Amino acid sequence: MSTNTEKLEAAFVTALDIDASAVTDDLAYNSIEQWDSTAHMILIAELEDQFDVMLDTDDIIDMSSVGKAKEILGKYELSF
Amino acid sequence: MSLVSKDKAPAILITGASGGIGLATLIACLKENWHVFAACRDEKKLKETLASADISASDIEHHLTVLTYDVSDQEAVKQAFRQIQQSPFSLYGLVNNAGVMLDSMLGMTSLAQFEQQLLVNVTACFQHLQLASRLMTKQKQGSIINVSSVVGLDGASGQVAYSTSKAALLGMTKSAAKELAKLNIRVNAVAPGFIETPLTDAYQDEKRQAVLNNVGMKRAGTANEIAATIVHLLRSDSAYITGQCIRVDGLMTVA
Repeated sequence: MSTNTEKLEAAFVTALDIDASAVTDDLAYNSIEQWDSTAHMILIAELEDQFDVMLDTDDIIDMSSVGKAKEILGKYELSF
Repeated sequence: MSLVSKDKAPAILITGASGGIGLATLIACLKENWHVFAACRDEKKLKETLASADISASDIEHHLTVLTYDVSDQEAVKQAFRQIQQSPFSLYGLVNNAGVMLDSMLGMTSLAQFEQQLLVNVTACFQHLQLASRLMTKQKQGSIINVSSVVGLDGASGQVAYSTSKAALLGMTKSAAKELAKLNIRVNAVAPGFIETPLTDAYQDEKRQAVLNNVGMKRAGTANEIAATIVHLLRSDSAYITGQCIRVDGLMTVA
């Protein structure tokens, strides 16, 4: 069974079409070509699917980096 | 041509499903053998109406999930979408149909009445559009239909608040279509004219005739005629149509 960190990494890899090695806490929205506004919505869909949650819109707006994604998902009783 | 889903069976969410255009669309979708999430405020009324409709009890039992909530209750809407997300179905279609119509002249319309029109006819549709498109993003497939009105296109004396809300839906439709096209999610609107529904029950005798005189086909439309257009926009036959508003009005001129 995958860990939450592995699931998170898989969601970013799938949604942004990037290498797993690029998924670091510092990776930020709009800092790379692949993480644009459309990819952000695909990422949200992937995260919701991976973790079986429905994110609040405010959380989607605030999800500005991988590190921030972990922090926000923590509110949904997920630990990394 | 049928709907296509990669993993789960596809489903349609219809708001305002217990009467008029919503009910006709619900029945039309069930006849297509699609699973329907029917949003309404009165499940008992919906089931009683369906019992006397031209649809088998088996279809109702196997293809219908009733979601009882008020579309203007934002928390209830979120809960409804959570239920859809956790269901064995994949949301393919949304019919944003629930609405309220206020007949009131500009000078006689309170701000509270105006805001109520916007809350139900615009804000609730926006929230449904937003949440539905999120669920559809995963499978990169979907069709959303906003039920507007010819008065949103043409304006109508005595319906400033209502026509404002229905015009807002058209802007919402066109903008969302542009954002979502790359995700293969289509957004369209239908603009019904004068249709025989509970919403137009108040139009009787001379008032009704005055409206019909301005309809080229000299008759009111039926809810089934609107439902047929909505079903067409849901089907994959219409896969290349997005960002459009289709008038279904028998060539109506709004006074």
